Amino acid sequence: MKCDFSDSLLQEYFDGELGGRGAAEFERHLEHCAHCATELVDLDLLRDRLHLAQLYEPATASLRWRINARFHPIAPKTPASKPLLWHWMAAAAALLFMAIVLGKLGPRLQVDDYQAELAEEIVDSHMHSLQPGSTMGVASNDARMVASWFEAKLKFAVPVRDFANEGFALKGGRLDVIEGRSVAVLAYERDGHLINVFMWRTREPETFARTGSRQGFQWVDWRKSKMEFCVVSDTRVADLEQLHELIDSSVGNS
Amino acid sequence: MSELSVEDRERFEQLVLPHVDAAFNLARWLLRGRADAEDVAQEALLRACRFFGGFNGGDARAWLLQIVRNTCYTWLEKNRPMELNMEFDEELHQQTSATPETLAIIADDHKRLTLALETLPPRFREVLVLRELEGCSYKEIATITSIPIGTVMSSLSRARRQLYSALTNSSQGACP
Repeated sequence: MKCDFSDSLLQEYFDGELGGRGAAEFERHLEHCAHCATELVDLDLLRDRLHLAQLYEPATASLRWRINARFHPIAPKTPASKPLLWHWMAAAAALLFMAIVLGKLGPRLQVDDYQAELAEEIVDSHMHSLQPGSTMGVASNDARMVASWFEAKLKFAVPVRDFANEGFALKGGRLDVIEGRSVAVLAYERDGHLINVFMWRTREPETFARTGSRQGFQWVDWRKSKMEFCVVSDTRVADLEQLHELIDSSVGNS
Repeated sequence: MSELSVEDRERFEQLVLPHVDAAFNLARWLLRGRADAEDVAQEALLRACRFFGGFNGGDARAWLLQIVRNTCYTWLEKNRPMELNMEFDEELHQQTSATPETLAIIADDHKRLTLALETLPPRFREVLVLRELEGCSYKEIATITSIPIGTVMSSLSRARRQLYSALTNSSQGACP
């Protein structure tokens, strides 16, 4: 049996688009209209099914990758360094990915044991599946500003310091998603080389620094105070170890 | 992206880029495919960037989705004009849409709903996707689709009815 109320009104009520008075009036009507009540149940069932089926499709990794390549978060000062920076970040993230994979495979497995071919495959596949959690970023040398930018976005406090006096100038920060977890990435510059510092929270025990290299990039990885750090760059290992010392002691003091 | 000033670029990254998921999701459902949706969503984002100067600072998601939708329709007109021509021809649509029998043999509810949604006419599909998946208000849907709010409501109602009947017929046979 069809009722006097229009179908639109039912939809509006269901979608929460009726104002307070309209909704109250409709609810009074509902008390004695089986037709509308049944319709509402059907609408609700349909909505539940749509939601349960998880039809929402977020952007694919390759779309994110393509967009990130065009609008990458940290705007470099000189346009010439643009492709270099992107290329570098992708490679750095890939290295971190390798570090994580290595960590999962077990502590006994040394980086040196890693076959170059396999590593390359991982680097390749990672570059395609690179999923930055957010394409936003902050370009600033103000440590407080960078830290507060991260504040609302991550569940952990990111220890941001500018080490310009020591020769590592803070350039900014961005978010990335590595292996399903959100990580903070800080960018520093050293004698024209860009250094990325990946940081994420961990429950694993603390470790001393481990170093490695792949395709001309060096990395230093360590854990401290429930955080894991991975510093990656094409600069000298000594520089990375110095930055490691600086970060490590600043974390200890905070 | 050299057309934008540094400030505009930052604003674009902060206001528009967070809606990449929404852009892709709408394109994916309008075009019924991921590969095409990637291309079109990317094109829409580039277009949004180019015309960011004209964005008045309102709802960035609705603004972007409007561009995505228009880009999708332009793409469909160019590549699959038949799909748009049959959008209001419901009789024709019923012939081409998934039959209850087809739907019934699909065990997986995700697949069944995907097929049922994909076979709705584009205008019905888009309001349903915007309302149920994207959580847009009627007003936002009206802005994105450039159709009057009354038409949004009636399209939504008919879209739900069609989807519901396709699904219930397929899972429990015809109701008395």
